[in-house]
Amino acid sequence: MSDQDRDNPRREFLRKSLTLIPVVTLAGTGLGSSVLQAAPESTPAPAVPKPAAAGAGEYQPSFFTAEEWAFINAAVAQLIPNDAQGPGALEAGVPEYIDRQMNTPYAAGALWYMQGPFNADAAPEMGWQSKLVPKDIYRLGIAATDQWVKGLSGKTFAEQDSATRDDLLKQLEAGKPQFDAVPAKIFFNLLLQNTKEGFFCDPIHGGNKGMVGWTMIGFPGARADFMDWVERNEQYPFPAVSIRGERA
Amino acid sequence: MATVMKKVDAVIVGFGWTGAIMAKELTEAGLNVLALERGPMQDTYPDGNYPQVIDELTYSVRKKLFQDISKETVTIRHSVNDIALPNRQLGAFLPGNGVGGAGLHWSGVHFRVDPIELRMRSHYEERYGKSFIPKDMTIQDFGVSYEELEPFFDFAEKVFGTSGQAWTVKGQLVGQGKGGNPYAADRSNPFPLEAQKNTVSAQLFGKAATEVGYKPYNLPSANTSGPYTNPYGAQMGPCNFCGFCSGYVCYMYSKASPNVNILPALKPLPNFELRPNSHVLRVNLDSTKSKATGVTYIDGQGREIEQPADLVILGAFQLHNVRLMLLSGIGKPYDPISGEGVVGRNFAYQNMATIKAFFDKDTHTNNFIGAGGNGVAVDDFNADNFDHGPHGFVGGSPMWVNQAGSRPIAGTSNPPGTPAWGSAWKRATADYYTHQVSMDAHGAHQSYRGNYLDLDPVYRDAYGLPLLRMTFDWQENDIRMNRFMVEKMGKIAQAMGPKAIAVIGKQVGDHFNTASYQTTHLNGGAIMGTDPKTSALNRYLQSWDVHNVFVPGASAFPQGLGYNPTGLVAALTYWSAKAIREQYLKNPGPLVQA
Repeated sequence: MSDQDRDNPRREFLRKSLTLIPVVTLAGTGLGSSVLQAAPESTPAPAVPKPAAAGAGEYQPSFFTAEEWAFINAAVAQLIPNDAQGPGALEAGVPEYIDRQMNTPYAAGALWYMQGPFNADAAPEMGWQSKLVPKDIYRLGIAATDQWVKGLSGKTFAEQDSATRDDLLKQLEAGKPQFDAVPAKIFFNLLLQNTKEGFFCDPIHGGNKGMVGWTMIGFPGARADFMDWVERNEQYPFPAVSIRGERA
Repeated sequence: MATVMKKVDAVIVGFGWTGAIMAKELTEAGLNVLALERGPMQDTYPDGNYPQVIDELTYSVRKKLFQDISKETVTIRHSVNDIALPNRQLGAFLPGNGVGGAGLHWSGVHFRVDPIELRMRSHYEERYGKSFIPKDMTIQDFGVSYEELEPFFDFAEKVFGTSGQAWTVKGQLVGQGKGGNPYAADRSNPFPLEAQKNTVSAQLFGKAATEVGYKPYNLPSANTSGPYTNPYGAQMGPCNFCGFCSGYVCYMYSKASPNVNILPALKPLPNFELRPNSHVLRVNLDSTKSKATGVTYIDGQGREIEQPADLVILGAFQLHNVRLMLLSGIGKPYDPISGEGVVGRNFAYQNMATIKAFFDKDTHTNNFIGAGGNGVAVDDFNADNFDHGPHGFVGGSPMWVNQAGSRPIAGTSNPPGTPAWGSAWKRATADYYTHQVSMDAHGAHQSYRGNYLDLDPVYRDAYGLPLLRMTFDWQENDIRMNRFMVEKMGKIAQAMGPKAIAVIGKQVGDHFNTASYQTTHLNGGAIMGTDPKTSALNRYLQSWDVHNVFVPGASAFPQGLGYNPTGLVAALTYWSAKAIREQYLKNPGPLVQA
């Protein structure tokens, strides 16, 4: 093995005094991608009006259909709402995050052992036993939810008012509607997990824009050097930084 | 069919802690040593490069450094009456992958062992009588004593650069009032580095533990409290409590790993080679089945390669050592009905309980600050440091605050009753993320007749070979101990004066939950001992049946410890290596006559 090259940065590193705030390499503010993407002229109007939310408008989904995109936007806005506590999932770019994740090995189930036979009805303590992978679960779960909601009121999930959406999500969470294609609970849990990921991940993954999630709870992001703060019963005073060097 | 490579003196399967230690020891003895690691090359650069490594989604959530279970996993069932199902997503435990193995992503809590736990059955029989041990409990003695292992614990701490505070050194009291552990066994030397600083959470725990009459001490940690150079010349920088420890490559060269602490000394050696991306399928035996001729592996391009060797070291993770023995026909497989056979026997885990205490905003625990090995603990209920007689269970548990760094996706917790989403969840998460203390009872786990490992009859790996099958569930003794520990630790939590408390413990009727993380401290299945009828290995970790196969690792533990296993794993590996160097190489054959 020739690992000479690998050793050099190490020695250099050990000699250095440590100043670890990443260098700002982009003038970006988290909106950089929108500059590069001209809005396609022929985009059909969404089948349903989008929720009136700022910040998520410019991103064009590559996995979700227009109907699915409307659902995702409407659902994540309930799960992490914009409220007195501060910005919510839409402002953080959670829909973009989830759409981008759909193009990763994770969403295809490639990180999991997926050989059969499957026993989808196994007890919860046996862990994940479904044949479904995240891509399938979104596609089937959104369609089943919209079909269920239309059956109740004639309108899709995204067309409901906020209180109704909350109520519908609580029913999904409790596993009340019986969907053939995908258990409602599995769909809800995946959506909630991915929503929190998108709210709290490093902005490099497309979510947590402006580090709003980190700022809300006081997480300093990629600072990762607390030598002088270990023993102190004090509020940590410095704002979050990201891997790309953005500062909150 | 297979390409046959040039013979080596020793082939090592797996390059984690045990593989790296064996490679160092056997090259020092002058052997030509080849280490085969099934995962990729990994090192501080580029895999721990700052700031790319400070990425919770990639490491903790998508689990970048852990075993690729799309290719191979284990199946799990709760009893012989159930059908085992594959562990499809990593959950309860997180085996490693690649160069460094679990030693690259571990936390760094670096204990020795409580001496009585090395002679568990003898000790309990002597103090409490034979009938105190439940009939189906199969705990055994290791066959080696603390006094025999002490020099190897001492050397391993020097290699790891361990931070801590001794209680006694050569019988002299040195640790009173300084964070030493009054229950700790005597040592030949102090720790190489002084104990790490204590986080606010650890300070609160220590104060509360003192108030309720327990004796807090500083956790021994393989995260450096200062700069350090180990006996192999490997350099470490001081830990800065970055909070990205367990599950991450340490970008600071502060967490001991095979990559930082041993590999630099091996790389220049002409008699050492490391071949990553080499997945060993089996150990090959000669026609007598009492001698190994080498191993067969699949290389990075999918080619089958035969590697002849005089000596075979199984240095893979606990589960994989056991599976390789079963796939290779080394030792008789265990049968839980007859109780006969040895490979797969005495599989044990860790019996965890956790309490979280939530505080007002004037208590700043700043949970993003952390180091994997640091903290404050009590041993008042560990090992046999208290009278078990009135309580009717076997085993003990250290309790601690070990703030390794909590990150927002997976590391936020709220008081019981908080909704999982919506404005109420947002408010609670903002209120409590930096104002909470998490404490664990890290309970020992005993071995039982019905908890064991064998090969699954249905599910296979990416190479068409049977997966390992785990038959495992919590037993009455485990639940009883867990409830006792929750009560004792609850007193510490209450003494902190929190606003709210959440308890995660075991109830009667609870089954092993494969989905929720507990620890990666899996033990047994290829255990050491003094009787070939009840152990797969002799006291030098040598197979009773195939004398040129040695199997270091927690797979050799007859039951689980109260402490974290890595310290004992490392000491036993040095102990075994010394026996190979000083006895086996001169006269290859069984080191203990059956």
